[in-house]
Amino acid sequence: MMEQELRELYQEVILDHNKSPRNFRLIEHPTNFAEGYNPLCGDNINIFLSINDEGIIEDISFQGSGCAISKASASLMTSILKGKTVEEAEKLFERFHELVTDKLGDNPDIEDLGKLAVFAGVREFPARVKCASLAWHTMMNALHNKDEKVTTE
Amino acid sequence: MDTKVDAVINTKNIIYDVEKIRNDFPILKTKVHGKQLVYLDNAATTQKPLYVIDKTNNYYNKYNANIHRGVHALSQEATEEFESARIIVKNFINALGKNEIIFTRGTTESINLVASSYGRKNIKEGDEIIISTMEHHSNIVPWQMLCAEKKAKLKVIPINDAGEIIFEEYEKMINEKTKFVSVVYASNSLGTVNPVKKIIDLAHSYNVPVLLDAAQAVNHLKIDVQELDCDFLAFSGHKLYGPTGIGILYGKVNHLENMPPYQGGGDMISKVTFEETTYNELPHKFEAGTPDIAGAIGLGAAIEYVQQIGLDNIAHYENQLLHYATDAVSDLQGLRIIGTAKEKISVLSFHLENIHPHDVGTFLDFEGVAIRTGHHCTQPLMKRFNVPATSRASFGLYNTKEEVDILVNGLKKILEVFG
Repeated sequence: MMEQELRELYQEVILDHNKSPRNFRLIEHPTNFAEGYNPLCGDNINIFLSINDEGIIEDISFQGSGCAISKASASLMTSILKGKTVEEAEKLFERFHELVTDKLGDNPDIEDLGKLAVFAGVREFPARVKCASLAWHTMMNALHNKDEKVTTE
Repeated sequence: MDTKVDAVINTKNIIYDVEKIRNDFPILKTKVHGKQLVYLDNAATTQKPLYVIDKTNNYYNKYNANIHRGVHALSQEATEEFESARIIVKNFINALGKNEIIFTRGTTESINLVASSYGRKNIKEGDEIIISTMEHHSNIVPWQMLCAEKKAKLKVIPINDAGEIIFEEYEKMINEKTKFVSVVYASNSLGTVNPVKKIIDLAHSYNVPVLLDAAQAVNHLKIDVQELDCDFLAFSGHKLYGPTGIGILYGKVNHLENMPPYQGGGDMISKVTFEETTYNELPHKFEAGTPDIAGAIGLGAAIEYVQQIGLDNIAHYENQLLHYATDAVSDLQGLRIIGTAKEKISVLSFHLENIHPHDVGTFLDFEGVAIRTGHHCTQPLMKRFNVPATSRASFGLYNTKEEVDILVNGLKKILEVFG
């Protein structure tokens, strides 16, 4: 019933993470925190991180409101980054960004992205790229503990 | 739905032939994602009938020239067409004279003109300006800027849960400190039609002038500025089936004469020396530089087009569509209509529980249905209703009940996928 492009955008994994987002909670005393905002649609995401002395992300969570794409993206991102080092997180950010902005060509090697590959469908929807990348941009700001609010505009 | 019944609706003994009207709009035959376009984003901008497109093209094809300058034939023809568009606008809103009609780039510029020219001259420290909760950003920010500059205070009339102005609060708010009232005639996000006559009468009893933002009203309601007795009225061409980039500021002549120019340049002067400049008479004093000539001519044509169908007929037809759509979506699970005022233009804003408007918009796009999703440039209003954004279907004179059915079926599909 759903069109092919639409089905690729709203994959089961995305619908599932939208319905029951993982790590959707507050971390009381985060080491790193940032707030993200998309003025176009009003999406608002807070990212909390607990990073230990070895630079490993021990815990990561998010709160806020947004569309299915932005919520699922935040949910999957937090699931994947838990236990990763800061450097690994930065590398994944770059890879994810390349994926959704269509920098990887038609048959990209995205094995390293794992479950994040479900966001490949976003490429076909330029208006929705910001939805998928808001959580990631906010996470990057949190890593560097930048005070200013991330906005996608 | 029986399309034959839908196509021809007898409104007060006048035949409203929507199929014939649809044929006037070439864009309505467009396909989107392989589906027939269902254009329900008329509050953002309306589509243009061939009559408007042809009139605009005609200017460029046959008599493109600058106005109010040359003595040559083309310039004279352009000037005549431009000025006759002004008279069409004047008659359309029943202004007293054509010198009360100023061409601007749109509603936003019209409001900025008043805030900047009238406001800077008349607003002083400690004065108060009243707006309402349901204003578009374009009727908030110019006044905020003015208030910041003059140390004046911006007061906001609250609204009830249906999205109607609480008039008693306005009565309490207005006092001898109030120096200006600027309110929206019909809300772009809620559809609410405000009791503007009552608002104006109360303001006038305090000697306070009133500006009406009529951007969303002008294509749905018959406006008579003399009967309303508003001091200023602002609207855009593109929401009235006319071109973008052109709009109108109506102002009572005594206000306009006492206001300083908004911008300096050509056309707004009568004599310039390096020592001083004498300003041109109204309305040219407020029209510096070469205006959007084709746009003004197109706006004139759009008004002629709308008048030929009749605003009363359009309002009656659109009202039927709104009621049909309101009933049709009321059964959908988790759907909440934002804006349930008694008096509404054909705007249907809604929120689906646990489904973000952006997802709704993307899904409907694949059904060929164009709606607006977002905060509609009314962020304070979204906050009032505690939603980040809404989905908004807004109906124009060419929409049909069949199209409403397509919208509702699309929403049902979304509920299945996200349910």
